[in-house]
Amino acid sequence: MTETIIRVCMGPGGIAAGGADVLAAFQSGLADAQVSATIENRCTMHKVGCLGLCAKDVLVDIIRNGDKKTYELVTPDMAGRIITEHVIGGTPVAEWLVKDDYHAFHAKQVKVVLSDCGAVDPESIDSYIAAGGYAAVRAVLTSMTRKDVIDLIKNSGLRGRGGAGFPTGVKWENCSNVDADTKYIICNADEGDPGAFMDRAALEGNPHAVLEGMLIGAYAIGARIGYVYVRAEYPLAVERLNLAIRQAAEHGFLGENILGSGFGFTLRIKLGAGAFVCGEETALIASIEGERGMPRPKPPFPVYKGLWGKPTVINNVETLANVPYIIRNGADWFASYGTEKSKGTKVFSLTGKVRNTGLIEVPMGITLREIIHEIGGGIENGRRFKAVQTGGPSGGCIPASMIDLNVDYESLSKAGSIVGSGGMIVLDEDDCMVSVAKYFLQFTQAESCGKCVPCRVGTKRLLEIMERITNGNGQESDLDLLVKLGNDIRQTSLCGLGMTAPNPVLSTIKYFRDEYEAHIRDKKCPAKVCKNLLTFSVIAAACKGCGACLRACPAGAVSGEKKKLHTIDQTRCVKCGACFDACKFKAIAKD
Amino acid sequence: MISLTIDGKPVSVQEGSSVLDAARSAGIPIPTLCHHPKLSAFGGCRLCIVRIEGIPRPVTSCTTPAAEGMVVTTASPEITALRKTVLELILSDHPNDCMVCEGAGTCTLQEYAYAFGLRDNPYPGERRQYEACDANPFIERDMEKCIACGRCVKVCDEIQGVAAINFTYRGFKTKICPAFERELDCEFCGQCVQVCPTGALTGKQWARTARTLDVQKVRTVCGYCGVGCEVLLHVQNNRIIRVSAPDDGWNEGWLCVKGRFGYRFVDSPDRLTEPLIRKDGVLQPASWDEALQLVADKLTAIKTQHGPDTIGGLSSARCTTEENYLFQKLMRAAIGTNNVDHCARL
Ligand SMILES: Cc1cc2nc3c(=O)[nH]c(=O)nc-3n(C[C@H](O)[C@H](O)[C@H](O)COP(=O)(O)O)c2cc1C
Ligand code: SF4
Ligand code: SF4
Ligand code: SF4
Repeated sequence: MTETIIRVCMGPGGIAAGGADVLAAFQSGLADAQVSATIENRCTMHKVGCLGLCAKDVLVDIIRNGDKKTYELVTPDMAGRIITEHVIGGTPVAEWLVKDDYHAFHAKQVKVVLSDCGAVDPESIDSYIAAGGYAAVRAVLTSMTRKDVIDLIKNSGLRGRGGAGFPTGVKWENCSNVDADTKYIICNADEGDPGAFMDRAALEGNPHAVLEGMLIGAYAIGARIGYVYVRAEYPLAVERLNLAIRQAAEHGFLGENILGSGFGFTLRIKLGAGAFVCGEETALIASIEGERGMPRPKPPFPVYKGLWGKPTVINNVETLANVPYIIRNGADWFASYGTEKSKGTKVFSLTGKVRNTGLIEVPMGITLREIIHEIGGGIENGRRFKAVQTGGPSGGCIPASMIDLNVDYESLSKAGSIVGSGGMIVLDEDDCMVSVAKYFLQFTQAESCGKCVPCRVGTKRLLEIMERITNGNGQESDLDLLVKLGNDIRQTSLCGLGMTAPNPVLSTIKYFRDEYEAHIRDKKCPAKVCKNLLTFSVIAAACKGCGACLRACPAGAVSGEKKKLHTIDQTRCVKCGACFDACKFKAIAKD
Repeated sequence: MISLTIDGKPVSVQEGSSVLDAARSAGIPIPTLCHHPKLSAFGGCRLCIVRIEGIPRPVTSCTTPAAEGMVVTTASPEITALRKTVLELILSDHPNDCMVCEGAGTCTLQEYAYAFGLRDNPYPGERRQYEACDANPFIERDMEKCIACGRCVKVCDEIQGVAAINFTYRGFKTKICPAFERELDCEFCGQCVQVCPTGALTGKQWARTARTLDVQKVRTVCGYCGVGCEVLLHVQNNRIIRVSAPDDGWNEGWLCVKGRFGYRFVDSPDRLTEPLIRKDGVLQPASWDEALQLVADKLTAIKTQHGPDTIGGLSSARCTTEENYLFQKLMRAAIGTNNVDHCARL
């Protein structure tokens, strides 16, 4: 008797791709064929969003007598053949099985932070403990001194994943060395970069690992109180954190005299109100203190004078989530991944024009080529890869010519960008680099806290120059002005927000100067993105006089009689592109 | 003491001093807009940036503690150029209004624009525009001139303990105002007006009265209460047109609402300048001797007829201690009652 399990992806991606219909097709197909099989949901088993390859949805696993085969891009009409040939006949339908790129998506990844996401139930401490959770804290509290812990983290080479890449062990050591009766540890879960959701995935998928990391950090520095500063826009993360804290307290991992060690620790949650700048550590501290979230000058650094003037360690979610695994598996294990100065793995959110998008976790030092072409499956629709934007609004663009660049702190910063929190947006020939830079600048400019002049006024002026360039009013001198002002803002701003805000502009000028020049001199947008620089006109030879463009134009700019050549009045055209989209004969030119 | 080198000059300062303090103590000027010696360091205007050996970026001298062996450069073509950019950016969002501005002559921003020779605006663009909306009788706030230095916010919080105003909004739209942009409804001590380095904050009473040139400053003591704050009377044509406090007075430049704004009684037409005696139902001028004699006669009559305890004396907190002493002596010894009090219970 064969035993068969059929799993259909019902994660958000799966449902969007028609997972429910596929599931129904399998159910009725099995009933018609009078075969029995267990049907399961492939993705929501552990209450996390699917971390698989959503671009290949609907994904279906057929596990026949323990032998798993995965089908990609399954539609309901494929169910019948899969049931007859594979479920009943025992021969998989080879042409529908996942291809090499599906395996490549997984093959190049190394999961540490995300290793238990999906495998353990984030709402059950027992599930985490069964997977080895809290063993690290037990080992630390029963057999390691504070110095042992710090040395181990230092030896692992772990560096902060919140953006700056500061060595975590050194940060802990500095704080540990300060003599103070009260110290704090804060987990930075503000994650405000547009498009970033790595910390969210870690918190929702495995909150106990973050909690365990905090406990270990608290022990190492001598803190008895910790805060998780998490944005209020992450209600599920907050809910699971609350639950995790409750469960950890019930199991004696929080509170007084943890595991009989004499060490006590309490954890509080503080909700952030959604200001990007509150992710900056000193602004975050001000926010917890009930002040407006404005950065404070450093020195004094938080490790010496942080929350309420007390020594404070602030670490990012991903940084802390690495800690229990490092303690469990050893510093050498962690350091075996990555490059000489950038150790371990990093979670990136891979988005943009690649075939396979989503969260990926890769060893530091992997090349952009491996990420984009192997994990990402290359550029969509066979278009030409142009650049990759890393590090979010503080980062920069790296051109296609540098595709063999290693992804680590040093290499990216040498290329004029940063690892940052891990945003990675792949751009192709249809993306206008000037517009991309302008987009990020719009964000940072609006999110500036307003404290210091170069950021408050300077980014506004940068943005105004970018706007006039994309509107076709750029002047020859604007490029020099952008570079000068951008550099001055970098030099004079108070905090990381202002210091990095010009990066998208400066790095695109560095690598894509010709695109700026096309906008300024020729008043043309080579990628045909900037509306004001486009001209829509009718190609006489192709126009059939169908009138679709005339009906579509909201500005009444198109005229022409039926079956005769139509024309566009340029003075009335609002460049919305409705005619271009409406014409079935490709008779509208967009230049 | 800490020893450091600033612009090649050896400088010694107390522990806890900032690099800015150290430079200024050695007579080395560094421009600042948001810094105020009596308020906490802010680091917002970025004008006071200097280079310190071993630190890759320029740092603000107001927020950097002086450290042993530090080597500081306060002026170089690079630093001057960066400061100039900062000033150009501030001025790019500032009304070009100095001709009629209350702040002209005392405005630090104007002074630096002059010192740096700023004439053209390399960054033309949007300017913040606000409706005037001050219903209060004391302080005029022209927030288009505000450079968001935060001095007013800090003085109100750190010195006055009121925290009536703060930063609101983000980015370019950042604005200093009371919560929810309500009307200012505070103690009206005017400390914020005193520390504002621009023409953004002005006392309504002295707005459009006089520029600094034809004003004479008279240093004296506030007569309102026994605290005795030192004040500077700004006098024009023998009239007080404004009161401020000298920074080096013992009250460190701070005043209360009465001392700062309550000076108009001095030349009020309603003010009594000679004794008046009511005769036939009408108040009529009299000599001091005549008036005092009348008071003495009446008090003696009341005392003889009804006893001393039917008389009470109220003196003023605006009298000096000596005057108050004499007053209670008069009540107790001459009239013979303990019914004596004063109004310093505000
Ligand atoms: C504008 C700005 C926003 C930031 N946002 C975040 C954030 O959302 N999450 C985070 O962990 N770090 C953020 N950081 C970095 C933090 O200031 C800090 O360096 C980090 O939390 C330290 O943790 P780590 O050493 O573990 O990386 C931000 C920094 C700046 C300048
Ligand atoms: S750089 Fe921007 S965000 Fe940072 S303190 Fe200055 S104004 Fe605020
Ligand atoms: S007048 Fe005094 S109390 Fe009112 S805002 Fe100014 S400093 Fe604060
Ligand atoms: S009102 Fe004056 S003191 Fe207050 S922030 Fe503006 S410029 Fe500074």
